[in-house]
Amino acid sequence: MGTAYWWMLLGMALVTYIPRMIPLTVLDGKKLPPLITGILSNIPFAVLGALIFPAVFYVQEGNILFGIIGAGTAFLIAILGFGLMPVVLGTIGVLAVYSLFN
Amino acid sequence: MKAGMSMKQSEFNKGLRAGLSIGIGYFPVALTFGLLAKTTGLSLVETTAMSIFVFAGAAQYISLSLITAGVDPFLIVLNTFIVNIRHFLMTASLNEKMQPSSKPVKAAVAFGVTDETFSVIATSKEDKVSSAQAFGVIAVAYGSWVVFTAIGHVIGDNLPVFLQAAMSIALYALFIALLVPSMKGNRKVVLLASVSAILSCVFYYTELLSTGWAILVSTLVSSVLIELLYAKVVRVPIPAVEKEES
Repeated sequence: MGTAYWWMLLGMALVTYIPRMIPLTVLDGKKLPPLITGILSNIPFAVLGALIFPAVFYVQEGNILFGIIGAGTAFLIAILGFGLMPVVLGTIGVLAVYSLFN
Repeated sequence: MKAGMSMKQSEFNKGLRAGLSIGIGYFPVALTFGLLAKTTGLSLVETTAMSIFVFAGAAQYISLSLITAGVDPFLIVLNTFIVNIRHFLMTASLNEKMQPSSKPVKAAVAFGVTDETFSVIATSKEDKVSSAQAFGVIAVAYGSWVVFTAIGHVIGDNLPVFLQAAMSIALYALFIALLVPSMKGNRKVVLLASVSAILSCVFYYTELLSTGWAILVSTLVSSVLIELLYAKVVRVPIPAVEKEES
């Protein structure tokens, strides 16, 4: 690939870093109007909804059931009040058993 | 001074523990990325360098398929920008959640903001998260991403197939584990997540937007809409209360 690859990598690094960096440095310590603050504090929960659906259904190509079982298991373990690790490992465990028999 | 250092140390350690699930979640994704990069024809150094300098899962994957398709490098960079522009929204939000710090420290934290590190830091139970704690979360995530990229390139696809399939769920399980506790007894959070999930599905099935844009637009529309709804709902009783008091 040679030199062109490294220029591309530099470009990719910059266009990834700059949008991450500007808000954190420019907005640091600034007081924003309450409506904007409200919207910004909503973002984590909205982002999670959009990240999970519909992508979770397609973690295994051509097998939606796999994703549905995975999502269902994770929701169940989380609703029972367990933390991050039990949810992640428990879901992997259930799907490992499922994959083993399919 | 010493007390300050050990406080920072314990904040950092707290972050490390919180980031551990990301480390596990990145394991199969990074391993697969390393393997795919190898089949794309990238050397070990080129592959690992991408994970070191770019640190953006989805964009890195897409770049591989674009390299294979012989797409102009400039367009690959442009595509990376479009896929990652959503992080602009996330870091703006993260700023509200983090304790103020010096600009260089914030600029360093910014490098490590991915969908996963953002989600873990932003949903923290604490009111304001310190930079030290954010660095802890990022250190595990980044370490896992870089190391397993390289290992994936070197050893290739040697994980048992059933385990690899099962582990592909890890990041989604992590997202669900972050969302559910906040949803309990909080209708606003349920609404925020549901509306953006529905929008994201609509964009996906109508093929109206590519994934990067779909996440950005769904998140923004849901956050604004629900905020306006709540501002209105909350504003109605306020004049009534004031009237009673005056």
